Amino acid sequence: MPFPRLKLAAAALTTSIACSTAMLAPPSARLIEPEMIELQAGQVTYPPAGDFMRAGKPVKAPLKTTHFARGLQIMKHQVTQAEYWKCVEDRRCPSVVLPGPASADQPIVGVSWRDAEAYAVWYSGKAGKHYRLPTDEEWAFAAGSHFRDEGWPDIDDSDPARRWLARYESEFADEPTDKTPRTVGSFGANENGLLDIAGNVWEWTDTCLARVGIRDSGEQMVQTTNCGVRVVEGRHRTYVTDFIRDARSGGCAVGKPPTNLGFRLVRGD
Amino acid sequence: MTSLTKAMITRRTAIIGAASATLVTPMPVAAHDLALERENVEPVAPPFVHPHEQATKQKPKIIAFRMETQEKETVIDDEGTKLQAMCFNGSIPGPMMVVHEGDYLELTLVNPATNSTPHNIDFHAATGGLGGGTLTLISPGEQVVLRWKATRPGVFVYHCAPGGLMTPWHVVSGMSGAVMVLPRDGLKDGDGKPLHYDRIYYIGENDFYVPRDEKGKFKSYGSPGEAYADTVKVMQTLTPTHVVFNGRAGALTGKAALTANVGDTVLIVHSQANRDSRPHLIGGHGDYVWETGKFSNRPETDLETWLIRGGSAGAALYTFRQPGIYAYLTHNLIEAVLLGATAHFKIEGKWDDDLMMQVKPPGPIAALSK
Repeated sequence: MPFPRLKLAAAALTTSIACSTAMLAPPSARLIEPEMIELQAGQVTYPPAGDFMRAGKPVKAPLKTTHFARGLQIMKHQVTQAEYWKCVEDRRCPSVVLPGPASADQPIVGVSWRDAEAYAVWYSGKAGKHYRLPTDEEWAFAAGSHFRDEGWPDIDDSDPARRWLARYESEFADEPTDKTPRTVGSFGANENGLLDIAGNVWEWTDTCLARVGIRDSGEQMVQTTNCGVRVVEGRHRTYVTDFIRDARSGGCAVGKPPTNLGFRLVRGD
Repeated sequence: MTSLTKAMITRRTAIIGAASATLVTPMPVAAHDLALERENVEPVAPPFVHPHEQATKQKPKIIAFRMETQEKETVIDDEGTKLQAMCFNGSIPGPMMVVHEGDYLELTLVNPATNSTPHNIDFHAATGGLGGGTLTLISPGEQVVLRWKATRPGVFVYHCAPGGLMTPWHVVSGMSGAVMVLPRDGLKDGDGKPLHYDRIYYIGENDFYVPRDEKGKFKSYGSPGEAYADTVKVMQTLTPTHVVFNGRAGALTGKAALTANVGDTVLIVHSQANRDSRPHLIGGHGDYVWETGKFSNRPETDLETWLIRGGSAGAALYTFRQPGIYAYLTHNLIEAVLLGATAHFKIEGKWDDDLMMQVKPPGPIAALSK
């Protein structure tokens, strides 16, 4: 079997994404492989995604350090409309409604986690290498100084409203961003050379929403995991149901949702 | 020509005729006929309201306002959809004007020469003359002064009503606002006990009908006139493309969220000049609600959702008891979320565990004990 790891990844999916044909198709000679950034071995210290609780009260996630002994290969730019459209033409990705006139050199937006996953499976088959969505910590590692979590300050946890207010302030702290997708590179590069991190397109990760309890000893216990909701990263971190393409209609009554949903892929191990 | 068309034209000619008469022989401003004190009030853009007494010991006065009609392109959602708006004093909704029962409201209405169409104003609170509409129709480059006596306490809509199809078109282009006529001795509950507010917010709701192109994208136009024919077609569907508070989706959220503190009593005045709405404060209530907006009636108490009838304003008094973020929306949730009719209240203060607490945090489902 040419791509055993991909098969494992696909088998783990709960969604019914057809992938076997794409996997067996010979790599297309015409396929343009997007530029990859090769991050050297390193580490990231960051507050992981999820709902953390201590003694039954929500708390900010304790910082966690993860080592990337073998570095990380990640797409320099978000998957573009032109790239995604090849998958649509191959009938492996659903056609999506673009917010404006089609433009090949703009990131694809308005895609759900399921769409992004379908693209990863299709693209892996075409390229003959395993590509997948990054985990949340891989995204944080690659985003570097552009990484921002939910921005919840440590506050008096006996008063739940203070947390809600802090979150609201944090989400609206940014000046409003124009929602119109821009040409790749318009939001500049971070110190790792990745383009458009935390621009106006949020990116799907593969990380599921987890609820984590912290014991007095500091030991963490994952209590429940919900893979129907995935972590989305961008100007702030958020959690979006996997079939949502436009997060503006997938949010709660209060708070600011991502302006656009897109993605980039990493090389599988 | 049908008799209806004939009637419309006849009426329109009459109205234009009246406007011309005003132009030729300017009516004397009659305010000096009244030996009353005058007070000039600067209108304030919503959601805020100009300073005013809640109850007054003063004698009735002439409260004078000046407003310009304005035609301008305005953005009505986060996607940048543009509306060829028409509005009073530059804001959607127009400013809320507050007087007391027995006062005289005097309005100088200005139609700047830069505008393209006639405008007027119909005050639902006023008596006679189509609410003032027949006496205020002015062409670009004109102004008019109208005075009317505030005889009925309550919150009332005002809107532009130039006649025929022009009226709904001007209204759904943004030309409406509200007047509040307070009882001289202030608001009262059903037992006659005085009610006060620490803050007042005026929320004007609009339904907009923006035409789309053949690909389904919202169209933009160079002027109200160019937008007119397409807009009327969308209006005829009775299905708005936008239902928003204060002129655009998100106008009262984020940094523009309405603010108050725990313990503050807030009067929320809500107007809708064209279409029914059902305000609801998520996590709060209407302690005292004048659903139909008229203060001589007993306010209803402890409401969850109330109805603002199209063409009316209502008022809800609420004392915030818990801090946090509240959504104030129309409880047609599709309109609130997809079409834009959501505002936020940001309330600071101390949480009250007695009113609500999470007894057990979310976690795995526990086995039932036998």
